[in-house]
Amino acid sequence: MSDSAPPPREDTATQATPTDEVLAQAQRWREAGQPVALATVVATWGSSPRQPGSQLAVNADLEIVGSVSGGCIEGAVIGEAQAAMADGKARLLEFGVTNERAWEVGLACGGRIKVLVERVGDSP
Amino acid sequence: MKDATLARILEARAARTPLAVVTRVSDGAQGIVTFDGADSSLPEETVADASRRLTDDESGTVVADGETWFVHAHTPPYRMVVVGAVHIAQPLVKMAVLAGFDTIVIDPRSAFATAERFPGVEVVDLWPDEAMASLRPDSRTAVITLTHDPKLDDAALGVALRSPAFFVGSLGSTRTHAARCKRLRREGFSESEIARIHGPVGLAIGARAPAEIAAAILAQVVSVRRGGAAAS
Repeated sequence: MSDSAPPPREDTATQATPTDEVLAQAQRWREAGQPVALATVVATWGSSPRQPGSQLAVNADLEIVGSVSGGCIEGAVIGEAQAAMADGKARLLEFGVTNERAWEVGLACGGRIKVLVERVGDSP
Repeated sequence: MKDATLARILEARAARTPLAVVTRVSDGAQGIVTFDGADSSLPEETVADASRRLTDDESGTVVADGETWFVHAHTPPYRMVVVGAVHIAQPLVKMAVLAGFDTIVIDPRSAFATAERFPGVEVVDLWPDEAMASLRPDSRTAVITLTHDPKLDDAALGVALRSPAFFVGSLGSTRTHAARCKRLRREGFSESEIARIHGPVGLAIGARAPAEIAAAILAQVVSVRRGGAAAS
């Protein structure tokens, strides 16, 4: 990632998978009776590749649509998504070079990012 | 997120109605804000912030009642309306879809406007003025005419020039464009309305092949949308 220019604001055109497709897939999984979790970028600092509002949906078979980073934190996010699917609790994750927490995985681009992970649906 | 909330977001996006989802990040409690109203469970400050973010097209966090809330602004996707299902339209439409535009092709000549030639794109075979009137170009819509046929191009421009479309462009040489401007003047369009047309449409990159011309057009649309230096 270049850090020479500020990233563009979030909207459809800056997303690898359009928001509609992420949410539509989440809804299809729910209609098929599958547990689903949604991860959403809520804040970024520095040169994070994905902007606030970028989303990823994952089901119980760990099928994934969308993204919340260039790929560097997806693994950790999906682990927390599984936990959210199980207990129904939303969780706020933070990743970045300044973060010393145990599940820290770092962002190669040197940015920091906060991701909200929530279960979709009223029951697991 | 409740299934009903997910359904409401998808409905609003399909209807091109701005909608914000406001989430308390500590526990995932959620409400919805639109320009028509807000869930009463949400703190007032989050509703005001969400309304601003819907206008500014920008998701982000706000602090209210000692808690952090995330406001996800679901604003309508940008659209590109292409008038003329001609050969340049094929690469242009593909590129526009890749760039995230909802793309619509208008051409009343049904031999051109076939779904096979434009897979995955909405193709409308109505006369352009009629098609454009029902599409109602808004400030997130670009309109590009490609037919070179005044009957078709001018019919679309007639609607586009009096709409809030953020970009209006017409394919054709400088001479073709001068003739077009003359016709529009005769039709009663003002100089400032006519000046909105990017014509000949596309950045001057020496494009020749259809895909190159399409790249020049898309680059100009992006530049205008993002306020880039190469907008004209």
